[in-house]
Formats: sequence, C-alpha cells, structure tokens
Amino acid sequence: MIGVRLYMLQRLTALIMAPLVIGHIAVMIYAVQGGLSASEILGRTQGSLLWALFYGTFAVAVALHAAIGLRAIIHETFGLGGKSLAILTLGIFALLGGMGLHAVYAVTA
Amino acid sequence: MSDDASLKVSVWRGAEAGSFETFDVPMQESQTVLDLVAWVQQNADPTLAYRYACRVGMCGSCAMMVNGVPRWTCRTHVSKVAKDGTVEIAPLRNLPVIKDLAVDMDPFFDKWTAAGGAFSPTKSRDDTVEPILPETPERREADAAIECINCAVCYAACDVVSVNPDYLGPAALNRAWSLVNDVKDGALDARLTAVSGAGGCHNCHSQQGCVAHCPNELNPTASIAGLKRATVRAALKGRI
Ligand code: SF4
Ligand code: SF4
Ligand code: FES
Repeated sequence: MIGVRLYMLQRLTALIMAPLVIGHIAVMIYAVQGGLSASEILGRTQGSLLWALFYGTFAVAVALHAAIGLRAIIHETFGLGGKSLAILTLGIFALLGGMGLHAVYAVTA
Repeated sequence: MSDDASLKVSVWRGAEAGSFETFDVPMQESQTVLDLVAWVQQNADPTLAYRYACRVGMCGSCAMMVNGVPRWTCRTHVSKVAKDGTVEIAPLRNLPVIKDLAVDMDPFFDKWTAAGGAFSPTKSRDDTVEPILPETPERREADAAIECINCAVCYAACDVVSVNPDYLGPAALNRAWSLVNDVKDGALDARLTAVSGAGGCHNCHSQQGCVAHCPNELNPTASIAGLKRATVRAALKGRI
C-alpha cells in the first residue's frame, strides 16, 4: 500500500524532522537550564516568523510522516484498502497537521 | 523396530480445512524430513499428497512447514528439527493448500511475472555474444541474487506477505533485482515501475525473515533495498 512516491515522501519528511527534533531538544534544554518562565518563552516566540517556520515545518512533516506510517499499519492490521484507506490517510494528515499548526499559531502569532 | 527408535510425525491432512494426523515412523540414520513424508506415503497412507523432484536441493519443490518453520525438506535432517521425538509437517504458509502438503504455487509465480521477472533481451541470435565481465559491480549484484531455486520458503516466512496479499514478496523482488543488474536486459524502467506499486518493494519492513530462512543463503532484503534505491533514483529523474 506504499508506492514509490509515498515512500519518498516519508523518507524526505524523516530527513526534515531529524535536525528539527535536535533543534527542539536543544531549545528545551536551554529554556529549562536558563529557568525561563512560560511568559518569557512566549515573549520570544510570539511574532517570530523564524519560530513559526521552524515549528510549522515540523508539524507538517510529522503529519505527513505519521499519516503514511499509519496508512501501512492500518492496511496490514485491518485489511483496509482502496478509497477508504486514502480518505483515512488524508484524514489523519489533516487532523495531525491541523492540531500541530493550531499549536504553532497559538505560541507564535 | 522398538518404540524409542520411531518418531511421532504429525502430518497435515485436508485442504485449508483439515487436521493433523500422527504416524509412527521408524528412525534412520541421516534421515531427512522428506524421507519421513515419503515413508508415510509409501508405508502408511498412499493417498498422502506432497511434492518433490530432485531430493538434492536443486528444484525447490519440496518446501513445507516443519515444526512451524519453512524449510526445504529434502535437505533438512530430522536430527536437526525433531523436538522430543516429534515432528510436525504442514503445507507451506501464505499459499492456498490444494491437498495435504501440496500448496498452489500459482500466486507465488504470478507475482514473479508481475514483478517483471521475465528476461527482456536486447539482442537476437544474429548478434554476436556480448562479453560479460564477472567482476563488474552490476554483475556481482546479479550473481548474488541469482541462485534462487524458487522454493517459496522466503515467501512463507514473510509476515508482510501474510498481511498484505498484494505484496510481491521476497523471491519475486529478488529476481527483479537480479534483472535490474543484468546489462543484457532491456526492460529496466518497466521493471522498476512494476516493483513500485501498491504491493511493491517499498512495502518491505526489512526485518529479514526471508534472509533467516532462505536455504540458499540469499539476501532478498538486500535486493529489495537495492530496488528501493533504484526506484527512488528513477522517480527523481522522472523515468517512472
Ligand atoms: S525483509 Fe521484507 S521481504 Fe523479507 S521477510 Fe521481511 S518484509 Fe518480507
Ligand atoms: S530467495 Fe531463497 S527462499 Fe526465496 S525462493 Fe529463492 S531460494 Fe527459496
Ligand atoms: S526435492 Fe528438489 S529441492 Fe527438495
């Protein structure tokens, strides 16, 4: 149920996520070590295009990567295929992407 | 023959629906699992259906599940697999059972064809023979994959085959990889397209059940990894 294009998309999103995860962990460690409060963190992220792009890219990559992985698992576990599988894949992508981007909006807008 | 010199051999009887029937089979030195099956058919029940031809690990027709593990029965010694004097012999997994130990191999070979398993010549008999150097990287890859005997042991071992009926499986994809590396073959892009669909090489989980069980010690997982790289390159260049 994974063709070459979905396979490439999943590898590409993995490539994108790897450095972003490291960046995210580094920022977390910095924030905790520095004892930054929630409002101090928000003060730095709000209105920042850079942080919006950083976490926005991450949220979209996660949604794509996870939707393709879940698509394979759902097909292999429940035998779902065809149109219903395609709709479910898109639904998972939309749900995860929507939730992720909503959170990014909340801290950077 | 005394009791301690015999084995309890459970053999699958019936088609998809059926049950195991147990036979006492005399033990012999250097006995193979195929010998057990042959003994049952020749001495206990002539209606037992099973398949074999060469008895020396060449033809690939004798594969069965032995104590739950897919094996070539003509080259599997009983001493290696018997558990407390018992052996359970069942038809190969992941293929429809025709009768007893004989499975329908059609889906297996249909997938060979679907994966572009047929050689596509670029020359005719009127052309001169093209010299093929054994040490080129392509030929080494092709040689590593070419000793397949079509026994379907890997196909029975593959969990993706059992959960995704469209999956072409390790043997067909391994065959496709040997042809991808064959410089005499002229159907590269068609073959890469054939292994890139819903049941193609990208569905392999790479956990190497096929490698662990292939009696000829081939590495279909490596072949499939090669196909994944080749298809990605071809897709990036817009060829597939
Ligand atoms: S490595 Fe791939 S082909 Fe081999 S058994 Fe696993 S899923 Fe099947
Ligand atoms: S790859 Fe190995 S296990 Fe699979 S069909 Fe060929 S010889 Fe048999
Ligand atoms: S009988 Fe030919 S491989 Fe076993």
